[in-house]
Amino acid sequence: MPEANLSLYLLAGPILFAIGFYSLLVQRHVLRRIMALNVMGVGVFLLFATLAARADAATDPVPHAMVLTGIVVSVCATGLALALAHRLEAAEEDRADGGEAKR
Amino acid sequence: MSLAWIMALLLLAPLVAASLAFALPAAGRWLALATAAAVSFAVVRLAALVLDGGVQVHRVGGWAAPLGIDLRADGLAVLMLAVAAIIGGVVTLYAPAYLANSLATRGERDRFWPPFLMLWTALDALFLSADIFNLYVTLELLALAAVSLVALAGKRAALEAAMRYLFVSLSASLLYLLGVGLVYGECGTLDLSLLAVRSGPGPAMWVAAALMSGGLLAKAALFPMHFWLPPAHANAPAPVSALLSSLVVKGGFYILLRLWFEGLSGLLTPAAAQLFGVLGAAAILWGSLNALFAPRLKILVAYSTVAQLGYLFLLIPLAAGTTDGFTAWSGGLIFLAAHACAKTAMFLSAGNMLHAVGGDRIRDLDGVTHVLPLSAFTFGLSGMSLVGLPPSGGFAGKWLLLGAAIARGQWWWVATLLGGSLLAAAYVIRVLFHAFTRVAAPARSRPVPPVMEWTALALSVLAAGLGFTARGSATLLRVGAPWPSAGAGRA
Amino acid sequence: MSARTKAGRVAIGALSLGLLGTLVWAVLALPRGPSELAGRAIRRLPESGVTNPVTAVLLNYRAYDTLLELAVLLLAVAGVWALRRGDWPPGDLRGRPLVLSLLRFVLPVLMLTAGYLLWIGAFAPGGAFQGGAMLGGAAVLVLLAGMAGGARRHTGVLRAGLALGVLVFAGAAVAAAALTGEILRFPTGDAGLWILGIEAAALVSIGLTLGALYLGGRPGAEDDAGG
Repeated sequence: MPEANLSLYLLAGPILFAIGFYSLLVQRHVLRRIMALNVMGVGVFLLFATLAARADAATDPVPHAMVLTGIVVSVCATGLALALAHRLEAAEEDRADGGEAKR
Repeated sequence: MSLAWIMALLLLAPLVAASLAFALPAAGRWLALATAAAVSFAVVRLAALVLDGGVQVHRVGGWAAPLGIDLRADGLAVLMLAVAAIIGGVVTLYAPAYLANSLATRGERDRFWPPFLMLWTALDALFLSADIFNLYVTLELLALAAVSLVALAGKRAALEAAMRYLFVSLSASLLYLLGVGLVYGECGTLDLSLLAVRSGPGPAMWVAAALMSGGLLAKAALFPMHFWLPPAHANAPAPVSALLSSLVVKGGFYILLRLWFEGLSGLLTPAAAQLFGVLGAAAILWGSLNALFAPRLKILVAYSTVAQLGYLFLLIPLAAGTTDGFTAWSGGLIFLAAHACAKTAMFLSAGNMLHAVGGDRIRDLDGVTHVLPLSAFTFGLSGMSLVGLPPSGGFAGKWLLLGAAIARGQWWWVATLLGGSLLAAAYVIRVLFHAFTRVAAPARSRPVPPVMEWTALALSVLAAGLGFTARGSATLLRVGAPWPSAGAGRA
Repeated sequence: MSARTKAGRVAIGALSLGLLGTLVWAVLALPRGPSELAGRAIRRLPESGVTNPVTAVLLNYRAYDTLLELAVLLLAVAGVWALRRGDWPPGDLRGRPLVLSLLRFVLPVLMLTAGYLLWIGAFAPGGAFQGGAMLGGAAVLVLLAGMAGGARRHTGVLRAGLALGVLVFAGAAVAAAALTGEILRFPTGDAGLWILGIEAAALVSIGLTLGALYLGGRPGAEDDAGG
């Protein structure tokens, strides 16, 4: 990959990571914070993919495998976070209604 | 028994048990019992192998690093696995009675076992792994299991604590993963021993080290990244609090040690080491003070964890940069093992006492010895180890750390260690004062199943006597320790 | 854990910029050439049983990572199910002929493509995860169409399907250890078959897991009292 392109891609990952990091700390809505985490994750994966593209001929398969694993783990974490957020919301509504937190 | 089968038992027994516990919910506690037996057996065999034959390396898949992933068992790994086996076994015995008392339906109780067994899998995998990306996956497995367990309590406070814990944990993991990426980009390998050889100072490595440490410190709840711990540990069910305080937070600390004393040992400057110590001291102070003034019992115990974790980080400045930091190293790690046992016993006995009196304030504990003498005694005995009275493991650990501090002339750590013990004594006595007051028995009390009391007591007796095993533990820890070092701190 | 004041946001903004600057400094200092691990991974491809290098890494060189990853998938479902009951999409589209004909076409194609991706993963981009994602999409369609009642009625089978990937993978790990003396070391020459077997089980589990995560909770046929 040409030098200039490589530098561009190398920068893209950290930029995404920083954007996600900022949003995670600043945003208040839980859904946005989950999305911010995902953006951070994508930033990291982009860095890995760029590292794989440094090879001239065949791409480096190790970072690709790491990204695949990372994506799956990210999906699982997001799924759990969303279910937890749902459950919390239900608990808040029950509280507002005056009842006990129920499932 | 060959190494392959030992590793298979340690890693796959809990994993298979967890999967079966999910597929067949009613079988949960029996699967856990079988796992406890299998893992305990495997740990004993592994300890024998390591003491006889030195560091054991198993190449998963038959591929040598850097292509494959190595599982490495040295003295430290064996110690951690043993602690996990003990705590896991105790929780397995304690949990069924606890769950029957606190969760209304059978279905809810069965849901404890899959995440618990996955937690155990994650811990075993973490302690044995020698690959920094594999460690990331184990960290995630650990985090998701821990969060699921915290949320089991169902109360709003527990759910909020679980959410906060999840956010902190996931962002910490991403910081760590970013560091892994930089390390791979620079050194082309993910294996800890190869990194020890290939890593050197440079922008990428420094930033990577900072990122990975930052993430791991948050996971290990070192001040100031400790804020998520008290609510999570206080609102979780008692056995979960025990697991979190004794094992889960230690996972992050363990990886930190592996990085700074093995993989990236060339990067550990004296300034960085002292920084860890300063944060540790701050943790001791902050945690102890908060424990002293906490209104609720479990919050007190949780802040006590924050404080005790600070002691662990003191081992870094005391062991770094010398030709033989083994005294501090073994001291800190013996302290870790003792804390795991003592804190578990403390959370379990606290859970018992709170269940009996029906409240969660320390004031509610007045006179609880009339109804639960065993649990009150257990609390006191665990406190003994936390304070560091002989012959407890806490004493042995602090004694070694003190010795190292004096030998290196770092008097400020001596003051920290002694001051911390005084503060710990203060908050332990505070609870005992209420428990043992001469008032009549509490107005109302619920019965507590005996198994819950006896398991906690047994563990606290173990913690109290752990000092006697200090020499044996030190011998074990010598295997594969970073000293005597050849070059940049590797063995 | 969020900034409410303007000052807080500015401070966090400065922190983020600092983080970005540090990362840029680090990243631009990285070597521009490939790691030698890349070459090694590709050189030893013939021994791995597949010709797709990424599949070789995922299912052979670093299969242990993938095993743990399947554990994470199962754990996520267990955690989600422990938290709440699933949200069954309302409505039942069985009476809508247009949707039905679409599903009759799309679902088999999705399943066929998933199987194709599984097979082709040994030689070209593809594999259990990619195929599993297709199946997950199919599961979402079925859920949205209101036709997933089977999951509600036969939760035991669903549980078995979800756990299948991990169990088969762990079983393969142990069997390999018995045959070759090292965990997950496949017998030379047969590695491709072992990988296919593991991936097939994983395919089913991954698809079901994604569907279960979409549902977001317990299917609910089992009463809380029964478990």
